[in-house]
Amino acid sequence: MAFKETAIMSQFETVIGLEVHLQLNTRTKIFCSCANQYGCPPNTNVCPVCLGLPGALPVLNHQALLSGIKAGLALNAEINSFIKFDRKNYYYPDSPKGYQISQFDFPVAKDGFLKIKTGNEEKRIGIKRAHLEEDAGKLVHDNSGSCSLVDFNRTGTPLIEIVTDPDMRSPQEAYDYLNTLKLTLQYLGISDCDMEKGSLRCDANVSIRPVGQTELGTKTELKNMNSFRAVKTALEYEIRRHEQVILAGGKIVQETLLWNDEKAMTVTMRSKEQAHDYRYFPDPDLVPFTIDYKVIDGVRAELPELPQAKFLRFLSQYGLSEYDANILIADPGMADFFEASLKEYPQAKKIANWLGGPVLMELNNRKMSISELKLTPKELVTLIARVEESVVSNLVGKEVLTMMLDEGKGADDVIKEKGLAQVSDDSALLVIIDEVIAQNPVVVEQIKSGKPNAAGFLVGQAMKRSGGRANPKKLNELITRRITGA
Amino acid sequence: MSLHQLTSHALLDLIRSRQTTPREAYADVVARIKAVDPKVKAYVHLAKSEPNFIGEIPIPIAIKDNLCTKGEEITCASRILKGFHSPYDAGVIERIKKSGGSILGIVNMDEFAFGSSCETSCYGPTFNPWNLQCVPGGSSGGSAASVAADEAMWALGSDTGGSIRQPASFCGIVGLKPTYGRVSRYGLIAFASSLDQIGPLTKDVKDCALLMNIISGYDERDSTSVNEPVPDYTKSLVNDVRGLKIGIPKEAFVEGLDLEVRRAVEDALDLLKKMGAVIKEVSLPHTPYAVATYYIVATAEASSNLARFDGVRFGMRAQPASTRKNALLDMYEETRAKGFGDEAKRRIMLGTYALSSGYYDAYYLRGQKVRTLIKNDLDEVFKDCDVIMTPTSPTVAFKVGEKVSDPLSMYLSDIYTIPANLAGIPAISIPCGFSKSGLPIGLQLMGKAFDEEMLLRVSYTYEQNTPWHLKKPQL
Repeated sequence: MAFKETAIMSQFETVIGLEVHLQLNTRTKIFCSCANQYGCPPNTNVCPVCLGLPGALPVLNHQALLSGIKAGLALNAEINSFIKFDRKNYYYPDSPKGYQISQFDFPVAKDGFLKIKTGNEEKRIGIKRAHLEEDAGKLVHDNSGSCSLVDFNRTGTPLIEIVTDPDMRSPQEAYDYLNTLKLTLQYLGISDCDMEKGSLRCDANVSIRPVGQTELGTKTELKNMNSFRAVKTALEYEIRRHEQVILAGGKIVQETLLWNDEKAMTVTMRSKEQAHDYRYFPDPDLVPFTIDYKVIDGVRAELPELPQAKFLRFLSQYGLSEYDANILIADPGMADFFEASLKEYPQAKKIANWLGGPVLMELNNRKMSISELKLTPKELVTLIARVEESVVSNLVGKEVLTMMLDEGKGADDVIKEKGLAQVSDDSALLVIIDEVIAQNPVVVEQIKSGKPNAAGFLVGQAMKRSGGRANPKKLNELITRRITGA
Repeated sequence: MSLHQLTSHALLDLIRSRQTTPREAYADVVARIKAVDPKVKAYVHLAKSEPNFIGEIPIPIAIKDNLCTKGEEITCASRILKGFHSPYDAGVIERIKKSGGSILGIVNMDEFAFGSSCETSCYGPTFNPWNLQCVPGGSSGGSAASVAADEAMWALGSDTGGSIRQPASFCGIVGLKPTYGRVSRYGLIAFASSLDQIGPLTKDVKDCALLMNIISGYDERDSTSVNEPVPDYTKSLVNDVRGLKIGIPKEAFVEGLDLEVRRAVEDALDLLKKMGAVIKEVSLPHTPYAVATYYIVATAEASSNLARFDGVRFGMRAQPASTRKNALLDMYEETRAKGFGDEAKRRIMLGTYALSSGYYDAYYLRGQKVRTLIKNDLDEVFKDCDVIMTPTSPTVAFKVGEKVSDPLSMYLSDIYTIPANLAGIPAISIPCGFSKSGLPIGLQLMGKAFDEEMLLRVSYTYEQNTPWHLKKPQL
């Protein structure tokens, strides 16, 4: 379905709020001691508790609570020291107990914010609440359509749901928020934040209102977006739909919609009337308790440096450009690699260039993260040093890097084994130079008649003959001396 | 005297002095079951596996049908759990097995412990050994009847609003509901999680202390179990109540209390007074609201606890004949329609309503507030009393079928027992006489949290000076 392009953008203001579900990477599940692991054979990480067998009882995994507190603190939120869990009652085959254990009136964190950069502006997105809960199982539908199967491995995976205030005003802002949030959470190391594996999921609430109106318009909720890009596209679609409906004199119906990525449109999932009454009430199996402020302070003290702080520090401490600093902080592993390399070789700009250039290119080609790469900071700086020492040229250096990664070898080994070191030995070079001079008398005459730039051509020819291994500086020097006798 | 007629501690003495063996005792009790259970119908089924008789206290025991026991079909006396064979042992079952306890079988109960007569069981009622036309009480009716009929040396039951004490009283035995958190609930199929507690049903007070020694203690798999040291309860068996203060709530002796029951409890009071106890009239002004409060809180929790019985993973699954648009919804609805009995449905509906959006504050939240008031009442009284004494039930055992169509009068059967569950305190029922019709009468003692020792001491003293616990039903 296509919408007429209209000049209506100016009439309406968009209001967006996001709910992000994040799987925490604790060793065990949130209420039992089953492994919290992705990709295992169906129904292997299960026990009476996460299968919801009669008589089984939940026990809180404190590591999950600490991760929740960590997230709350990183989002500048107030931590509720009163920890309480509630039951959210609904029937679905992936919910083995017939209720989900969640937090209703006392979320672990509330009233925080996240600063994002959108365009050239900085904006503060309010975090309404962040609460802990358990993930559901996974339904697998049989191809024949005759039955559905349930995999309970995911049941009981710790989740934190982070809900924003309705503070975003465009799909782009939502997109920028998601990227900043993801980066922040990755820095905390509490989740792998991988949307493809479902460890990060996002629902969006969107409404529009005439510019200047303070009252919120009727919202719709969007689900089933599988990437940040899809969130943005779905929001763009939905906003246009709202505008068309309202301009045609209609009313937006409050409902939940599913985004269909293939057809690029939203489809009704359930209306407000069909909305569940979840009958929240305190879970009597989990006794509420108060955490000591010292525990919260302990988590605070161990918070890692967050991306924005690191960005500013890289500018001031190492004199990096904003461009370089941005590339480095975009992956906490990259930033750590950068600083580890610096300890071996105190040339910030050069290391940043290598990381942001050839190394990043290799990462993209290989679809890997820096931690998965067979490269140590020590080996990288060895390579950089060899280039700086003119043992290899910049160009050959990049090839050496590729070979190092392919073969898992050190820079010096690769250079030596492949014989890639530049030839700087006069006698060896002079043999080549004499051949080149003999074959290019015209160019030699030009040089003699005062066109020193023509020497470049001879250097190129000599380089070719050397198989790229000649030291270009040395070549230039020797050729000029040979011809002019200087 | 046959082995099955003994108390557990007497049998233990014989085993320890090598006058009999655990195997012999077990066989004797099984023979007794085969002889009289066709009349009493306490058992749902006998244990599938032979016990190994290895351990300190190798006593044959009956297990209520809501305690998960590995390999056994555990159904809460409900059709919906038919076919569920527990793959694991409850915390208490582990403790029983570790102590050498030999499981005789699984005994009857009201469906999901919803009832006070054992009549809501999908297996049909259990009968009172003292009069086979009467109910044994409930919900742990099978546990109480099996012990009273010498079909078990002792039994485990569970108590949410009186489900151990009321049947103990109806069957003339001892039943203790421990302090909430004293015994692990891990593996107890939940009725109302904040009220449920597992406890012993025994032939006398000493057996009660012995069984408490086995089942009490912290379990890290139950967040509500409390990490408090467990005393040796047999040390509380002291025949002395001199100077102890016994509170008598004036609200207890009201309309609806059977005269014979009243007289028996007053006689017990006189006896304890003669023995040196100090009797004090006290007031529990909020207890008249206990039953109403209980039926809000307990049904709310039950409505959620029973949601997992949906036909997806275990137990019964209905195969709906005609499918509408939504086959899943059909399966859910029909499984639960066919799987649950009337009382279960009634309570699920009550509880669902109490938690519904817009009613939560008026019912569940208010119920929890009144619960606090009732607890405060009790705390206040315990500032100056060691125990509180009441009848266990306002009447003796009633006839099978008499109250089954009148849920409200059935609910009132638990009027004296419910406050202890709401407050989380321990309470015991011990025999204190018989009606003219020959049915047992029980009295209840409530104590401070984690002071089961005081209950055992007063009970033991009373028992040592009365003959009631020695009488046996004729079967």
